[in-house]
Amino acid sequence: MSLWELANPKRFMGWTAPVLPWAFGGAALCLFVGLVWGFFLTPDDFRQGSTVKIIYLHVPSALMAINTWFMMLVASLIWLVRRHHVSALAAKAAAPVGIVMTLIALFTGAIWGQPMWGTYWAWDPRLTSFLILFLFYLGYVALWAAIEDADTAADLTSVLCLVGSVFAILSRYAVNFWNQGLHQGASLSLDKEENVSDVFWQPLVICIAGFVLLFVALVLLRTRTEIRARRMKALMARAARA
Amino acid sequence: MKALIARDLRLAVRAGGGFGLGLAFFLIVVVLVPFGVGPEREVLARIAPGILWVASLLAALLSLDRIFALDFEDGSLALLATAPLPAEGVALAKAIAHWITTGLPLTLAAPFLGFLLHLPTPAYGLMLLTLLLGTPALSMIGTFGAALTVGLRRGGLLLSLLVLPLYVPTLIFGAEAVRRGVDGLSPVAPLMLLAAITAACVALLPFATATVLRINLR
Repeated sequence: MSLWELANPKRFMGWTAPVLPWAFGGAALCLFVGLVWGFFLTPDDFRQGSTVKIIYLHVPSALMAINTWFMMLVASLIWLVRRHHVSALAAKAAAPVGIVMTLIALFTGAIWGQPMWGTYWAWDPRLTSFLILFLFYLGYVALWAAIEDADTAADLTSVLCLVGSVFAILSRYAVNFWNQGLHQGASLSLDKEENVSDVFWQPLVICIAGFVLLFVALVLLRTRTEIRARRMKALMARAARA
Repeated sequence: MKALIARDLRLAVRAGGGFGLGLAFFLIVVVLVPFGVGPEREVLARIAPGILWVASLLAALLSLDRIFALDFEDGSLALLATAPLPAEGVALAKAIAHWITTGLPLTLAAPFLGFLLHLPTPAYGLMLLTLLLGTPALSMIGTFGAALTVGLRRGGLLLSLLVLPLYVPTLIFGAEAVRRGVDGLSPVAPLMLLAAITAACVALLPFATATVLRINLR
């Protein structure tokens, strides 16, 4: 059996049904443990006070905002190359999740920015590129919504996603060029010394795991909904013909 | 391909408003800005490069939905698809025609409008140069957006939502080059990046546009 067979809509509905409660449960558990640990059991930062705790929402949501677009890119490629309908529907299902993640990252960042930088918003490269990412998400969702024929919509949005990715990356580096940043560098990285102290690091990783699981659960749930909607439409079309 | 460009240009001239509308829009935006921000010379001179770039971007956007819409409605796009010219060639020809009818006039008009905004003297040449380098990218990206929305009845608003985020890098490098020139810094780096974007758009986007056109004509 190849991996691709799991993308057959019927098989997909079959294996996602038992996975879904586990994903939601795992997300709830991780988020509960991570947030309680982070909010109540870690010390305040000596310079930032308790505002540092926004990190437990800000970093995971920002991470997922970018990863969601990346997942949409991969799903679009799979649709264009292998024409798996589930793949196109998964990309469609992921976009609103990505929008919400981007908004969470922007809002928690604004709330964090006010006490730390003295402003809710600055035209900092990282902040600006997130705003641009948000616009890309909006365009993608709007294009899905505007086209009636499902296959045409999947094709066009996939091409838009590919071209958009290139321009999103371009914009990311173009804004670096245009203004100096207030934002700190990476919070977590594998190849250099940890930027975030160990005390904050452990609950943060649990929170990130929670956000990843939540994303998986939401995308699976929404994809299942899309598949059911597609089936319903097919049944109604058949009934109308009969 | 030459015939297609010539045909589009003739249509733009004879149908009226091809050259004129974009330019008039450009002029109006530039005239409105001083009403909004006040007539102080220093303020206007400071923001002039950005205003000229944003205004030319919007003016280019204005005529995008006409690139394919009319041809789609009367069926000539379907004819073009069956013609010996590949769809990539059609995309490129359409973008070139769009650039000649909007990008080029905007570029030539920008210095005169810069006069209205008290654009600093060293910036005139740069303004002309950046627009000359940047507007082909705007036309090419816009043609891609127009191809995406060609089958839609109310594609105009959607088109701007899709195309404007794609314009961000071009705008940043274009305006940055002029700003650096005004501040006495070297504008070479942003100019080269701007040229790179245009070259990449002209080289690669016709393929994406052609793919999209084929999907829409299916």
